[in-house]
Parts: sequence; structure tokens; C-alpha cells
Amino acid sequence: MDRSIISRRNFLGLTAGAAAGVALAGCGSSGPSSGTGGGAGAASYWFLTGAPGEGIRTNSVNRFNKDNPDTKITATTFQNDAYKTKIKTAIGAGEAPTVIWGWGGGTLRSYVQAGQVEDLTSWFDSNAAVKDRLFPSSFGAATIDGKIYAMPCETVQPIVLFYDKRAFDKIKADPPQTWGDVMDLVPKFNAANIAPFSLGGQSRWTNMMWLEFMFDRIGGSEVFQAVFDGQQNAWSHPASIEALTKIQELVKANGFIKGFSSITADSNADQALLYTGRAAMMLHGTWTYGGMAADGGDFVSGGNLGYMNFPAVDGGKGDPSDTVGNPGQYLSISAKATAEQKETAKKFFATAVLSDAEVKEWIDAGAVPIVKGTEGQYASSKDADFLTFVYNTSANAKNFVQSWDQALSPTAAEVLLDNIAQLFQLKISPQQWVDNMNGVIGK
Amino acid sequence: MTALAPPAPRRSPSATASGGRSGSVAWMAVPALAMFVAFGVIPLLGVLALSFAEWDGIGQIRPAGFESWRAVLTDPGLPHALWVTFLVMALSWLVQTPLSLLIGVFLAGRQRYREILAVIYFVPLLLSSAAIAITYKALLDPNFGLGAGLGIPLLTQDWLGRDALALGTVIFVVSWQFIPFHSLIYQGGVRQIPGTLFEAAEIDGAGRVRQFFNITLPQLKYTIITSSTLMVVGSLTFFDLIFVLTAGGPGDATRVLALDMYKRGFQANLMGPASAIAVILVLVGLALALLLRRLGGRDGGASQLEGA
Repeated sequence: MDRSIISRRNFLGLTAGAAAGVALAGCGSSGPSSGTGGGAGAASYWFLTGAPGEGIRTNSVNRFNKDNPDTKITATTFQNDAYKTKIKTAIGAGEAPTVIWGWGGGTLRSYVQAGQVEDLTSWFDSNAAVKDRLFPSSFGAATIDGKIYAMPCETVQPIVLFYDKRAFDKIKADPPQTWGDVMDLVPKFNAANIAPFSLGGQSRWTNMMWLEFMFDRIGGSEVFQAVFDGQQNAWSHPASIEALTKIQELVKANGFIKGFSSITADSNADQALLYTGRAAMMLHGTWTYGGMAADGGDFVSGGNLGYMNFPAVDGGKGDPSDTVGNPGQYLSISAKATAEQKETAKKFFATAVLSDAEVKEWIDAGAVPIVKGTEGQYASSKDADFLTFVYNTSANAKNFVQSWDQALSPTAAEVLLDNIAQLFQLKISPQQWVDNMNGVIGK
Repeated sequence: MTALAPPAPRRSPSATASGGRSGSVAWMAVPALAMFVAFGVIPLLGVLALSFAEWDGIGQIRPAGFESWRAVLTDPGLPHALWVTFLVMALSWLVQTPLSLLIGVFLAGRQRYREILAVIYFVPLLLSSAAIAITYKALLDPNFGLGAGLGIPLLTQDWLGRDALALGTVIFVVSWQFIPFHSLIYQGGVRQIPGTLFEAAEIDGAGRVRQFFNITLPQLKYTIITSSTLMVVGSLTFFDLIFVLTAGGPGDATRVLALDMYKRGFQANLMGPASAIAVILVLVGLALALLLRRLGGRDGGASQLEGA
């Protein structure tokens, strides 16, 4: 009897202890909140991991902390997809870091509507020097209803058409200048056993880049602008059906690599298809250049990688200089931060973000920072030609359209990506696509 | 003398003893119950409340009546997700049950080589679903995968890029992962069948096949129900594996209910409709578990397991 009582007591003690442990663990998950030690002005800053950005961001924070030992910034890093969920949860729970790293556009709009980020308009007015040295096009995605809620930072990343010069030599053809050329090249490459285009279709936004260009080249930038402005039935533009039909024609002609709908861009398999010679062309962001240079052996250093802006579409209304992509990255200040923390963050924006040292580090990494007049520094880089190309593409673009999924609200973006995947699977017709998308305008 | 002792005093201590025992047993359930209420019931009620609200995960929570339910129930995506969930459930049950039953019966033998095989079969259970999904995704890649690497055309299919193939692949990987677990359950079940039954059957001249169908299978009735309940209810919540392997694609060919819930809640910021789907998931799970219990019947004497 005694034994059983003792064992019961032990058992209860154990379960109670386990319950308390779980409860404590639950309490401890509030994470790095605003009060991260140091002085009253100590701020926190969350950003993404991954080379080269992680190192450059960390260096900027370290430089700032060295100059401002009393108002230090604590950095916490997250992986891309984990960050998207984490930052949303943290902001919803009122536990946001002082400095919020983001992509601007629709996500920023949802923060603004919830009153979670600071209005920086007046600060930019009184610090005109900070604003004037950056690309004006970078401010579009930071501006919600005429007010600026984020500081543009880091690099400009247009989407460009990469191609493998070896593949074009093999079939003795030139890179496409028009959509007609593209469709002519498809059977030639397929006959030579080279896939015309590489595509990481499971990621869905990769397919979206094609539509962004087709809509712009055929109907001009006002087609998507009307959607962005929330006009009713804005997707029912005649250019929409034409663009969607042309894309499905390309899919049907085996324009994309076999199995594209199960390839992800996260694994860089789409880049690998290009540099291993299995695919001739790839429409992708300029951020893939570094990866291809690093992983592709002598593909980039041997001069085999070609790049150009997306070709024109015959009879299209859009300006062929237009480009799409990320006009920059964005830093916002949490409305929940203390006044001292907000001051620290603004000082960080003014003195450390895109400082001369940071600009040099971005250029060395093969990226174009969103600071005016950096062309002179490209010459010393081994990627001078590519950097100049990216700079000119961005600076000469009549319209720089922000990536659709970033520009729209998360709700509309999810429906968009879903329908794009269905379109590329040939499961829905262009008209169904337009109808489905009209249903979420302004949501 | 003792036989003449009045019965009343003898009954009363036994009554208090049994009363005290049941009292202490109820008390022992308190910690588990508290955990269940705190981490099971309360979140469930929260989800139920959220399904009648409008929330983007960031801003204010606003009551929205039946708006989320209307949106979810009229969405053609819901019957599709339910159908895919049912397919995954039914097909993975059909694949897993006979295979794990056979492996379990085989492993129940006490030969040394079977013990070693049991350890090897057990390995997939040690791996996390995400790791399994990433590995299979790499192996099945049509351009850089196993088939392309070895130059075997049969293996170079677009495994995850075509509707039927992708669904089949998902079921294969799920089965590969969970068959060891269910084999283990069956192995335990078979080892509990009294050896006397087999001896008697052998004397009566029953062969191995006859013994399997007339003794092993009927005796494993409750084990089969337990294992099937775990499979069926568990398949409702398959998420990580499918999310990493196909992300619900191609298109929406492998978008099960749990994945639909995640996409609506955390990618489209629609917590209301996502909560409505979560409630549907809970209801379907409960209904299935109840149904399987009913199928099992309440005839406790049917099994002859030792100790039962």
C-alpha cells in the first residue's frame, strides 16, 4: 500500500511538473520584444538570412552600434518564409521589433490599416537629403494613400531575361527581339533537345513574372494600375485575354521545361537548368545572378550568360523599356516602439542605411543599390557589365511595376498566385482567370 | 465463528476502499484534464469564435456573423479539398493496412533475422516528415532526380507535376513513412494471440494460410480498428509532408483540407474562413472516430487475447 501511495505521489508530482513546464514554455515564447536591454533607446531589428544580404545588413548594424554605444540596435535574423509568418504574428501580437524589414506594397498597406507602423512623411520632409539620394521609383511601394510609411533600402531587382549563349550558338539563332521571335525559337530549341525556357513553376510567383511582362507589353502599365487602384472589373481589359492566351499558347507549344510545375525556385533548380545547358532561357530576378556565378562553374565567368530586357510584343501598347520586379526593400518603424526607440531607428535610417560603406558592399556582391549615381563605382567590379545593365534597365524604365503579389493585399495575392498556377496547368481558360480575379479586386 | 460474523461490517470497509480508489483515480485525471482544457478545448473554442469573426491576423478582430461560413461553404474549393482529403485517406488506408498487417505478422516471429529486419523497417519512423518530403522531392525531380541520374526512363516521370501521379506519389510517401508504425502495432497484436489457438488449429490440420485467415485475422479485429482509426484520423491532418512535397500542386491536385486551411489563414490572411475549415476538420475527425468505434462493436468477449 505504502509503495503505491508513494508512486502515485511521484506520478502526480511529475505530471504537475510537466504541466508547469509546458505552461512556462508557453509564457516564454513572447520572443525578442521591444525591451532588449541596454539604454532606453536600444532598438531591435529583424531581417532575413542568406548571403550576401545577411552579412551586409549585419555589418551596417555593427557600424551603427560602434558609433552609437548608448543606443544600440539588436539584430535577429530569420529565413525568408519563416520570417513572413513570424513578422505577421509578432505585429498582430504587438511584439513587433522597432525596425520592420519588408517588401512594401500590399503587406505594408495591411500594417498601415492596422495602425502598426509609423508615418514617416514629415521625417522625410525635414530630412530631404536622405530622400533625394535614393531612386524616386523606390518610393512607390513605400507610399500608401499619399503618405510614406517606409524607408526604401538595399537594392533594385528588376526581372530580366537571362539566356545561355551556348544554346543560341548551337541552333545558330539570335536572342528574341519580339514575341514572334520567341514563338519561332520554341520549336527550334525543342528540336535540339534543349528546353526553350526554364521555370520553377511550383513557386507560382515565377509564373507570375511572365504575366507581369505580357500585360505590360500588350496593354501598357495602366492595366495593372487599374487593378491596383481597385477599379471594378479592371482585369477585364482586352489586353488581359490576349496576354493570358499567348501564355497558354507558349505552354501548349512546350515552351517551358518538362515538369516545370513541380520545380521550386527556392532550391535554385530553375537556375541549375539554365547553367547546365538544359534550358536556353530563363525569366528571373537579377538576384539569381550571384547564385549562377557561384554555383554554375565557369558559366558566368566564361561569358556564357546573356541578359536582356523582356522582348516587345508586336502591336502592343506598352513601352518596351518598362520593367517589373522589386524596386527596393523597405524598413518601417513599429508604432508600438517607445519614442526613444523611434529616434534610434530614424538615426539608423539617416546615418547607417545605405551608407557609403554599405553601398560598396552591395556593389561588390553584384547588386545595384537604390542610390543615385553609383555607376562610377561599377568599373572596378568583376560584374561591371551586368551591374551597368541592371542600373540602366532600372533607371531608364518608363514604368517600374512592383511585383504583383507584393503590390496587392495578401488575400488578393493568394488568389492571384492560385489562378496563375491553374492557368499554367491549362486547367482554367483566360476568361475564367479574368472572372476569378475580378472577384477579389480591392479585397 | 468467523462464518457467523455479520455481513454489514465486512461490506462497509470494502465500500469505502472502492469509493476511495475511484476518488483518487478521478483526482489523478486532473493534471491531464487541465492540460487538455488549456491546450485543447480553449483553443478549439477560440477557433470556433474566430470562424464567426473577420480577422487578418494583424488588425482588429470584428464579428462577422456567418460571413466566413458562407464564403467557405459556397467556395468550389471546399468540395474539391474534401474529395482530395477523402482520396488520400481511403487510398493510403487501402495501401497501408494489408502491407502493415503482413509485415506485422511476419515480424511477430521470434527468429533473430526478423528482429534485425524489424529494426531496419523501423527507420522511416525516426525521420521527420519535412526531411522525408525534401528527400523525395530531390529524388523525384524530373531533371536532376534519381531517374535522370541513373538514366532510367521509367523513373524520369514528372512525378509531382501531373495530377494523378502527384496524388499517387503523396500516398506512396505517406505509406512509406507510416507502414513501420502500423506494423509495430500489428506485431504486438499478433504476439498477444494465445499460442494454444495455433497449436489446436495445427492438430486439426489447418495450414498457414488457413491459420492466418481463421485465427490471426479475427483475433486482430481490435488491433485493426485501432490502427485504422489512427490512419484515418491522422490522414486528416497530413500537412507538413504535402506542403513540402507538392505545396498542394500541381494546381490544386493535392490540396487537402489542412493545406487549404493553412493557405487561407496564413497566406491569404483570412483567419475567419480558415477557422471555419478548422471546425469542419474537427467535426469530420470526430465523426470518423465515432464511426470506427461503432464498427468495432461493443462485444468485449470476442477476442481471446491473453489477459483480456
